[in-house]
Amino acid sequence: MATDEARSADARAIDRPGADVKEPIDWGRVAYNVGFGVVLLFFTILFLYPLVWLFFASVKPGSEVFSGNLLPSVWRWDNYPRLMDQQPVLQWAWNSTLVTVLASVTVTITSALVAFAFAYFRFPFRGVVFGIVLASMMLPGAVTMIPNYLIWDFLGFNNTLVPLWAGNLFASPFYIFMLRQFFLGLPRELFDAARVDGANYLRMWWSVAVPLTRAALIVVFIFELKVAWTDLVRPLIFLRDIATFTLPRGLKAIIDNPSIGGEKHFELLAVGGILITVPMIIVFFLGQRYFIEGIATTGSTGR
Amino acid sequence: MTTVVQGKEVRSVGGVPWTPNTRRETLWALVFLSPWIIGLIIFTAGPMLWSLYLSFTDYDPLRPDITFIGLDNYVAMLGDRRVATSLFNTAFYTVFHVPLSMAIALFLALILNRVGGKMAGFFRTAFYLPNVTPAVAVGTLFLLLLNGSNGLVNQGLALIGIDGPSWLVDPTWIKPGIILMSLWTVGNTVIIYFAALRNVPTELYEAARIDGAGAWNQFRNITLPMISGALFFTLVINTIASLQMFSEVYTIFFGQQQGQSAGAGEAALFYVIYLFRNAFEFFKMGYASALAWVLFLVIMVITVIQVRGSRRFVYYEGE
Repeated sequence: MATDEARSADARAIDRPGADVKEPIDWGRVAYNVGFGVVLLFFTILFLYPLVWLFFASVKPGSEVFSGNLLPSVWRWDNYPRLMDQQPVLQWAWNSTLVTVLASVTVTITSALVAFAFAYFRFPFRGVVFGIVLASMMLPGAVTMIPNYLIWDFLGFNNTLVPLWAGNLFASPFYIFMLRQFFLGLPRELFDAARVDGANYLRMWWSVAVPLTRAALIVVFIFELKVAWTDLVRPLIFLRDIATFTLPRGLKAIIDNPSIGGEKHFELLAVGGILITVPMIIVFFLGQRYFIEGIATTGSTGR
Repeated sequence: MTTVVQGKEVRSVGGVPWTPNTRRETLWALVFLSPWIIGLIIFTAGPMLWSLYLSFTDYDPLRPDITFIGLDNYVAMLGDRRVATSLFNTAFYTVFHVPLSMAIALFLALILNRVGGKMAGFFRTAFYLPNVTPAVAVGTLFLLLLNGSNGLVNQGLALIGIDGPSWLVDPTWIKPGIILMSLWTVGNTVIIYFAALRNVPTELYEAARIDGAGAWNQFRNITLPMISGALFFTLVINTIASLQMFSEVYTIFFGQQQGQSAGAGEAALFYVIYLFRNAFEFFKMGYASALAWVLFLVIMVITVIQVRGSRRFVYYEGE
């Protein structure tokens, strides 16, 4: 009971840091916080150490990858040019960038368009039609995977980058659902005022609704950056020639055949892993606020 | 059905009074909705019907003829040992991954919530970083971490005197290794729980303390009910995702590797991997379509059971 009371006192103090500055130092509270800090630090190391290890593995001589030392005895920065000589990595990086940008731009614009229609226009059976959007979110990709392959193949886009992004021209249910919430939050009078000014609906969407939901649109854009950049399934299905590969597909090819002169080169796998991960880490730090808020809000609207 | 608008009786269509204004808005709605409608027909509804049809055929893209074979694909699944294996592997993974990831995420989110402030923000970022690592890179990383006796995981186990197994080769340890890998990316769930915890009104705890409730009672009777919506959401989402596990496992254990061990091919054969191999490596697209529809049904049944079951446990505000 006594510890319980101490705990609740702690919790209250933590809720309002700095509220009771003049009180004497509560050593129990300090010990409690240090304890939490140690646990959090332990998990942080558990989560981050593998990535740090991967980086150092990528600059080690091949024989030292599994040596047990974190740092290399000789820094082999030339592992990076070595991989690029061996495989068209720059071509893959360009393909990945192109697909990712096109996928993110198109899905953000079209999903915003569709979401706005569900939020603003009053039309018959709107609830039922929106129900179809929600239902299609539940459909596993495996069900439509084979016919979609046959469609893109029929259209002559097999072995090209087009099937990796062009599906996004047709909006995505998850983003429609998310953006509709944000559009519903805008006061209707804003749009009525714009209509009095003679703005047509497309202008109204573009110059009133879109600027006001900028943050939500950035969330969609960043989510899709990650989805498109990391996708492995569609590149596996559609891409045959090495020159058309994206970075994930290319890295998979290196894993399938990591040998040079009959010897396995694990340090080059690490180079591939770092090359594909670093751009995502940069995007994450640039858009961190949007990432975290996006997950937090979509998580809570899901109930 | 009719409604009265501006003194006139107006026919009501689909829940909306049908006025010239509604007609104009409906036309514009169609314009705005057109990307989604076209996509729904071409890339979702059409393909659903198509794959349902294919599941009753022996379609192989390398042969010109399609024969309708009725339920033969579904019957063949019953006798296919690999379907049973892959279903078992997928169920095994889901049963361990989902509760473990939820428990660990809740533990971390509770601590973050206690610490609060800038410090929580820093640790939250650290926990989330593995989630931005692309699946192929996660696979690559664990290919190295779980490697033989020298991988980082076994080096760590050696520190506490445990002689680690061959995670990538020994069929008994392949799935535990995969589960271990999956727990590395638990940060997503931590963020959802942390957000839910911060939405719990502090007055509830204050009132409970006045009533003399201890820490466990507060957790059991306030925290858990108040975040039950988030718990339920992640249960459903994580289960659906687990049942469709593909990229990380495929990266490590499948593809065109030379000298891939037969044991790994069995122990790491997840359902969607077997489906993918049938469709795009063996070109048995009819059979793969049948596999896909069974997966769809399994996911629907499990989701419905979870939604039904949740009614007893999930607390909704305003009820």
